[in-house]
Amino acid sequence: MTILSVAGLRKSFGGVQAVTDVSFTVAPGEMLALIGPNGAGKSTCFNMLNGQIRPDAGTIHLGPLDITGLPPRRVARQGVGRTFQITATFASMTVRENVQLAFLAHHRRIWHLLRPLAAQYRAEADTLLDRLDMLPQADRAAGILAYGDLKRLELAVALAGQPRLLLMDEPTAGMAPAERVALMRLARDLATTTGLAILFTEHDMDVVFGTADRILVLNRGALIAAGDAAAIRANHAVRAVYLGSGTTTGGH
Amino acid sequence: MSALLVQLLTGLSGASSLFLVAAGLTVIFGVTRVVNFSHGSLTMLGAYIGWSVLTRLPRGPEWFILGIVLTALIAAALGALLETLLLRRIYRAPELLQLLFTFGIVLVVQDATLWLWGPNDLPLPRAPWLRSFVSIAGERVPLYDLILIAIGPLVLAALWLLFTRTRWGTLVRAATEDRDMVAALGVDQKRLFTTVFALGAGLAGMGGALALPDASANLQIDLNIITDAFVVVVVGGLGSLPGAFLASLLIGVLQSFGIVLLPQATLVLVFVIMAAVLVIRPNGLLGRAQSTARGEAHAFALVRPAAPVLRRLGLAALLLAACAPLIAGPFLLSVLTEMLIALLFAASLHFMMGPGGMASFGHAAWFGIGAYAAAFAVKGLALGMGAGLLLAPLIAGLAAALFGWFVVRLSGVYLAMLTLAFAQIVWAALFQAVEITGGDNGILGVWPPPWAADRRVFYWLTLLLCIASALLLRRILYAPFGYALRATRDSERRAEAIGLHAVHIRLAAFTLAGAAAGLAGGLSAFSKGSVFPNFISISRSVDGLLMVLLGGVQSIAGPIVGAIAYTGLFDLLLLATDQWRAVLGLAIITLVLAFPHGIAGSIHRLWLRGREA
Repeated sequence: MTILSVAGLRKSFGGVQAVTDVSFTVAPGEMLALIGPNGAGKSTCFNMLNGQIRPDAGTIHLGPLDITGLPPRRVARQGVGRTFQITATFASMTVRENVQLAFLAHHRRIWHLLRPLAAQYRAEADTLLDRLDMLPQADRAAGILAYGDLKRLELAVALAGQPRLLLMDEPTAGMAPAERVALMRLARDLATTTGLAILFTEHDMDVVFGTADRILVLNRGALIAAGDAAAIRANHAVRAVYLGSGTTTGGH
Repeated sequence: MSALLVQLLTGLSGASSLFLVAAGLTVIFGVTRVVNFSHGSLTMLGAYIGWSVLTRLPRGPEWFILGIVLTALIAAALGALLETLLLRRIYRAPELLQLLFTFGIVLVVQDATLWLWGPNDLPLPRAPWLRSFVSIAGERVPLYDLILIAIGPLVLAALWLLFTRTRWGTLVRAATEDRDMVAALGVDQKRLFTTVFALGAGLAGMGGALALPDASANLQIDLNIITDAFVVVVVGGLGSLPGAFLASLLIGVLQSFGIVLLPQATLVLVFVIMAAVLVIRPNGLLGRAQSTARGEAHAFALVRPAAPVLRRLGLAALLLAACAPLIAGPFLLSVLTEMLIALLFAASLHFMMGPGGMASFGHAAWFGIGAYAAAFAVKGLALGMGAGLLLAPLIAGLAAALFGWFVVRLSGVYLAMLTLAFAQIVWAALFQAVEITGGDNGILGVWPPPWAADRRVFYWLTLLLCIASALLLRRILYAPFGYALRATRDSERRAEAIGLHAVHIRLAAFTLAGAAAGLAGGLSAFSKGSVFPNFISISRSVDGLLMVLLGGVQSIAGPIVGAIAYTGLFDLLLLATDQWRAVLGLAIITLVLAFPHGIAGSIHRLWLRGREA
């Protein structure tokens, strides 16, 4: 069974092939890491998955549903949560209000004009924040949070939509090492207990090899390897990309 | 055929002086990111200074050129002075407060000009060579038109050389691309900004002076030219010189043909062009997407319900207002009625501008449509005041929904300009639909029925409707919809990622704001007993902006405080002094310098100081 299946995805900007013929699948409860050097096409891939960029070719299926080319809000409503590389939260609201609004959006209750938001989905928001160790900060403005806390708030906002698939772009960037471990452990927990599928990009290789079930390696827009941590570690093409080697350039 | 040629040449000559002014505006915007309302004042000063210089010089062509150059230099010096004394202090302020600030300068310059040169139009006595004609294809074409036509491309070429061939020009282009990077490279920003401002001001002054032989130096130049120049800059693409050139040609030529083909529609034509361009190319003809999207780069203050002390203060003010008819005389009562209407108008503008992040420069459109709907219901359909007050928000809301469909897809300055365009279209439509609206004469005799004819009763009715509507808007802001609206402003990317339809949400907010403004307009019609096209004038839209910005965009009580402060200030000024513009302008300048977050916003900040945000 798969939750996400991507086939033959392509995107070019001007003459540059950013993503070339990428295909893969993600299963429920699986944590799949997408890695590769800078400019490999990771973010472009991500942005096509949640509808920010329309692919030139290829299809994206969520379960049986074709979501290729749908705008982000429609993709979100099909159960795809997303965190961004540069965090995006609602700065003029408190941490709790951010999460409450995400709950309201998920339950299609944002068109209510009269009943104040303050009392709606408050308990649910607090439960979720507590799970992410953010409850003590629930009444603070999102605009003044430290970067690591913003990342966790973003995760809470994404989870409030009760996604089947979570896309996390650099989820631990800007966090202290201990925080990174805790966050990825939490993600692992969620995947295992709820069957949530997680696709993430990450620069920290300890995080990648420590948590991912499977790893995809992109280079110059193309998928060059896929497999578990051991297989990727042993892969020559991957070593060449990351460490550099005379053999790939023809070597003189 | 030859008549077409003459019309074309007239259009091209008009385009030249428009281009000079717009080029200055767009260069200043590109580097400083200040939308400079006072650019029109510099043009007006150019015309007056040009008049004073040229009337003192001999009348030969060589002296004319010298006079124009001298005027441009004086205008440039004035611009440099303005930048170093005032504008430099507000580069870090929010975009809209900068706009308010430069509008304050407009007011001061108006009174200063009136004081220096007097109220009469000053036409330039035309030397014989200025009156001569050239024969082209059998038609007599004024020589001066041909000279003007040549000046546009010449100035464009000169600017192009300046920006591509000199070190200074390279720095200006670099600063237009990425101001922070240029600062990081150790370039003296202050000097760069001052010189750019001087160049822009010089171009504005030159444009003003060059238009003299065809017109006169008068006190309306500033607002007239700034609207046209804004249109040119926006149509061409903010910060793009070739874009400004193209747009001024387009608008100049269309205007001159419009006068011949559709004399009634010339007022609308310019704005229809702008609306059409912005709908098809949201960043203008040659403009690029602005680097900072709606709100994403700003840190917005947290919105919290007011503290109990402030609530009690508000309640006390409300009680006082309810008791006012028992003590106040008829004059004070009518001032208070106007104040309440202004309050609802400001609250409705704030609704879309603050939480919605959509600053409208044409909010008077909905006010005016409401007023006309109410007046037409009573006079045209012979309905009662109740029906009029019901139709006012309904029709205004419908119109806002219709126009909003185009508007809410844009952001920032472009959105502001499109709303201005729509307001001008509505104004012209009402002005020209004489059978229904009475044109310039308006609709008279729109009085309340006998039961509400007493000013005190009408005051209470206004109090009830205005306060209830303002409270309703406030309530909506604290409901999920209000949060969703704020979400689309804070981060559209995130809003879409949780499944919110930003365009629909903004459209709904736009419609609600339009309806509320329409109710204010309806009340105003019955309060004044008549409606006129000036209900939709630019200055009424600006009044609304001033109220909201004075009060503070970020604070929900802001528009209320702003409306009261502004109408109070205004009425006091009208009573106390002839120089009300200068005093109001100075008050605005001082207020922006002292309270960069608006009055209510700054009080709120003081209140929060020491308490954690």
